[in-house]
Amino acid sequence: MKRIFYSLILLVLLAVGSLAGYGYFLGDAATAQHVQDISPQNGSEQVLRGAYLARAGNCMGCHTPRGGQAYAGGRVIQSEFGNFISPNITPDATTGIGRWSADDFWRALHNGKSKDGSLLYPAFPYANYTHVTRADSDALFAYFKTLTAVAKANQPHDLRFPYSQRSLLAFWRALYFRPAVYQADQQHSAEWNRGAYLVNGLGHCSACHSSRNALGANGGSQDLSGGELAMINWYAPSLVDQEEASLAHWQAAQVQTLLKTGISQNTAVSGAMAEVISGSLQYLSDTDIRAMSNYLQTLPQVTKATANMLDKTLQGPVVGKEEMARIMVQGASLYKTHCSDCHGTDGRGAAAIYPALKGNRTLQMQHVANPVRLILAGGFPPATAGNPRPYGMPPFGPVLSDGEVALVLSYVRNAWGNQAGVVTAAEVNRYRTAPLD
Amino acid sequence: MHTLNLPVISPLAAKLAVLLFACLPMLAAAQSTLSVPDTLEQRLKACTSCHGKEGRAASDGYYPRIAGKPEGYLLNQLKNFRDGKRTYPLMTYMVGNLSDAYLSEIGHYFSAQHPPYAAPQSTEATPSMLERGRVLVQQGDKQQKLPACIACHGEKMTGVAPFIPGLLGLPRDYIVAQLGAWQTGSRHALAPDCMQQIALKLQPQDIGAVSAWLAAQTMPANALAISAKELANGVANFSLPLTCGSVPK
Repeated sequence: MKRIFYSLILLVLLAVGSLAGYGYFLGDAATAQHVQDISPQNGSEQVLRGAYLARAGNCMGCHTPRGGQAYAGGRVIQSEFGNFISPNITPDATTGIGRWSADDFWRALHNGKSKDGSLLYPAFPYANYTHVTRADSDALFAYFKTLTAVAKANQPHDLRFPYSQRSLLAFWRALYFRPAVYQADQQHSAEWNRGAYLVNGLGHCSACHSSRNALGANGGSQDLSGGELAMINWYAPSLVDQEEASLAHWQAAQVQTLLKTGISQNTAVSGAMAEVISGSLQYLSDTDIRAMSNYLQTLPQVTKATANMLDKTLQGPVVGKEEMARIMVQGASLYKTHCSDCHGTDGRGAAAIYPALKGNRTLQMQHVANPVRLILAGGFPPATAGNPRPYGMPPFGPVLSDGEVALVLSYVRNAWGNQAGVVTAAEVNRYRTAPLD
Repeated sequence: MHTLNLPVISPLAAKLAVLLFACLPMLAAAQSTLSVPDTLEQRLKACTSCHGKEGRAASDGYYPRIAGKPEGYLLNQLKNFRDGKRTYPLMTYMVGNLSDAYLSEIGHYFSAQHPPYAAPQSTEATPSMLERGRVLVQQGDKQQKLPACIACHGEKMTGVAPFIPGLLGLPRDYIVAQLGAWQTGSRHALAPDCMQQIALKLQPQDIGAVSAWLAAQTMPANALAISAKELANGVANFSLPLTCGSVPK
């Protein structure tokens, strides 16, 4: 009996060990291939391409804190597991990646491992970056080598137990990580493939536009089904759902304009996406923007079953006819005072200046974080070459009470043919304390 | 992210429309003909909703007047909010994704606005407190090596263009909060940060005195910031009592 027991334990240990081993060594074979020396003579063009790719990946966005030295790390990325603090990726020999080789860099990008072999936390989105080709990895590395070296020591992450145990990442990798350079899908055009490569690879769109399980894993690098951004309280809408931010039925030119300039005829970006346009997408070539747009427009759409009674009940408070009429009257009055000058009494906005509210899906999503926060904090779309002097929206948080925000939002969610649940003051209140900076 | 606007039509009509007009571009039919003035006043409604019409300050006693402040000072503050050198989350959020070019246009716009000033706030400070405030502002405190405020901010305290702000027409709470923010390090100017050196020497009662006296002053007839030349007032080789990173030589 005892023997069977010990054998079982041994078996379990073996299984666990090999899973961890599998997770640790994942993708290592690929490292040894494609060794390419970065010689100065092919440097400049490669460096320029690397600089461009660094924009496509918005590397600076995480590796530079507000007002800090470019790429010297130190930005805090909050998560349910604790705070990740981005490292210095300038070529400083002691505190940065000055002693790294192109192979080391490739291993980090492709396999999620640091130079010393330690496993990287997937807050560094290597599940996306693994799709990057070796040539692009080398170009990025060549570019980073040309940056001014900044001596700034990395701060350790501040994570809760057990997430603080880096070695446990071996299991995470075994479960969720599959290193693979992007393979073109022959069913689709070269443009589509370029778009998929950028969206799912360097662009790491799925890092925000997906929901994550208890271990912080999403449905993979192609998962664009939407999710709430932990800790910062914005909602990255689904890009495959007609009721959210699917682009399938947009005019292609409008998608491209929005991605490149932050504003289109009927819409503008805000929140975390404004930062992405500002730091990354506005710098991409028209060709690449077109490719990304092409890919995003052809994503397979999810179709939801018609909401049943239970869904409808869960979606928000059900109000009676009389109560709804009261909300619409009071909301309309607030709208007239505070909103109609810019968004129009008909909710149609002003082309490429103030977004239309009529038919606006952001407003009508089940998840109300974005519209509530936009009313509370207002804000400017990003200043870009295509929209260098954006029109701003005033913050109404200091002016309107929670109840008034709820009324006016419930109104615009149900005016002009819009249809969505009413919003309560309590739902508004939780976003009063959402971080803004 | 805002999302797109679909004309609101029934599902069947939508399907038909897609079938019939698949090759037509999606119409921007939903747009109305709202006419939006192409002015900075209109573009910057997000600023004036708190800082008051033309940036004249709001009545609640916290959001400061930005109208008529020296242009370089305003640009420095906008950049400082964007780059985390000043801490006020809503301001950082507002300017976080704006370019240097736009920020400098915004600074220029508000520095050129000269709406009337509101009457000074009534004060509950004691006469001795106000006197202490006046002395600090006009003479400083030699023992504590505190220069007079007017040594940099101008005799009329209306600021020195283009980098040094005026001290009048500001709510007392705002002045207290700024001096406190310099002491705790949540407000910075470009290094060397001369105002921080001064704030760190101020005792709490002196902050109370200075802010009470400043907030109680009536604006002089000409409230414009003076030029550096006027500040020097004919003195050869005039220089500020401290080196300030925000005032390039």
